[in-house]
Amino acid sequence: MSVLVVAEHDNRALKPATLNTMTAAAEIAKAAGSDVHILVAGKDCRPVAEAAAQIAGAAKVLLADDTAYDHGIAENWAPLLVKLAAGYSHVLAPATTFGKNLMPRVAALLDVMQISDISAVELADTFVRPIYAGNALATVQSKDPIKIITVRGTAFAPAAATGANAPIEAAEATGAAGLSEFVRAELSKSERPELTSARVIISGGRGMQSGDNFHLLEKVADKLGAAVGASRAAVDAGFVPNDYQVGQTGKIVAPELYVAVGISGAIQHLAGMKDSKVIVAINKDEEAPIFQIADYGLVGDLFKILPELDEELGKRQK
Amino acid sequence: MKALVAVKRVVDYNVKVRVKADKTGVETANVKMSMNPFDEIAVEEALRLREAGIVTEVIAASLGVQQCQETIRTALAMGADRGVLVQTDVELQPLAVAKLLKAVIEKEQPDLVIIGKQAIDDDCNQTGQMLAALLGWPQATFASKIVINDGRAEVTREVDGGLETVAFKLPAVVTTDLRLNEPRYASLPNIMKAKKKPIDVTTPEQLGVDVTPRLVTLKVEEPAKRQGGVKVGSVAELVNKLKDEARVI
Repeated sequence: MSVLVVAEHDNRALKPATLNTMTAAAEIAKAAGSDVHILVAGKDCRPVAEAAAQIAGAAKVLLADDTAYDHGIAENWAPLLVKLAAGYSHVLAPATTFGKNLMPRVAALLDVMQISDISAVELADTFVRPIYAGNALATVQSKDPIKIITVRGTAFAPAAATGANAPIEAAEATGAAGLSEFVRAELSKSERPELTSARVIISGGRGMQSGDNFHLLEKVADKLGAAVGASRAAVDAGFVPNDYQVGQTGKIVAPELYVAVGISGAIQHLAGMKDSKVIVAINKDEEAPIFQIADYGLVGDLFKILPELDEELGKRQK
Repeated sequence: MKALVAVKRVVDYNVKVRVKADKTGVETANVKMSMNPFDEIAVEEALRLREAGIVTEVIAASLGVQQCQETIRTALAMGADRGVLVQTDVELQPLAVAKLLKAVIEKEQPDLVIIGKQAIDDDCNQTGQMLAALLGWPQATFASKIVINDGRAEVTREVDGGLETVAFKLPAVVTTDLRLNEPRYASLPNIMKAKKKPIDVTTPEQLGVDVTPRLVTLKVEEPAKRQGGVKVGSVAELVNKLKDEARVI
């Protein structure tokens, strides 16, 4: 039986996490000797299905186009996935707020345990997943007939967005469950890259002292083409919204370069960024735990360092 | 209307966990245990709804070993009215927890169930969604705001790109995110009072629920340690290193 990937998208374009999920699915399909199908469910989302059909490794795309699947309402999506799951050995979605919200609902209806946030595929039924904020890695084996899985995007390289030319098949819609309705979305508007797919991230912590001071970070971010993140302490203190949060209970990121500014390095923050390729820490406390994992540390007053950094980067760009 | 909150006993968030030498799990003997922080937020929210006159009774349920009574007592000391303990020594995975909670809910008939979005030990983030599925109820995960009017709820959710609001009729399951509220501390008089509040004890067998684990943990290991690097003396040196040595800018 094939492996099914649930594509995340906004009816116009695929979310990058779908490509990482595709890689995990391809590893499972290889171990199981099968292939990978992609489900695109949404409203007027054919362009997304066409993009999905090109993802390297896609053997088939299922397109479920119905108003019920707009906005990713789990109550409406779950019956569709339960119906489709009967024909698959594994169903995977990215471990984003979309996948985390949806997949356990599907798993419970199928009477199986979900395997959350996998970071490696060992065998078709055996996976590695981080527990305790990534302070331990558990290798777990599922005894359930269908494996419902969410995938930690940063642990798998993205699949190539082009290369395949898979057929697109319509999947019959299951309709609205009538349990919940979407009211509105207030999405952060930013010209900067998204945190989970950014090549460079610069994050601020409690040391930033206020939300206003984040403009110092933003100036540097714009020079680096970086996304702006924050520690839980900065979110708790109300400096920035929660969707900035990097950590165990926020976003998990692994950019090429992560710059932590005024962040002490609490376990729960490290859990969200310690797999970054290069880590820079800027902190006035030279004993801060963040320095123990940073490749480059700079001890000093961030209110002096950030403008200097902005100027230095500006000079070099000329 | 009644509200039910589920509270999990976990290793305290300040404890640095250690993987056992035999790789069967993490060390939990002689380690401080506390209520899962997201469940504290759930208890607080239920109490605030009671204080606002929307909820009439707050029931705190916990599932697991006998010591989960302490976690329930913490919820009672915060202000919950009574407790339910489903006692078992079997390792409970989210699907089993959801089935047990469903059985408790069928008996207690709450209109609102609030639980933490994720436990900080297994980091599964499943139970609330599974419970909603088994009950056939709406779910609102990662809530940062709950407004209830005439048996309808409007919940603002923390999603990757910002905020999203959904509306539904109760009964429903809501899971809490960080910014929903700031939980209160239990006062000493309330801790004393909590000792007299009732806790019903039942078992999976009495509830008729099969809790056999579906996932087998083959091993638990420590992740590769990241080596600390160097301290640089100036911004210019940092930029040079990033450009020439690390080649990331």
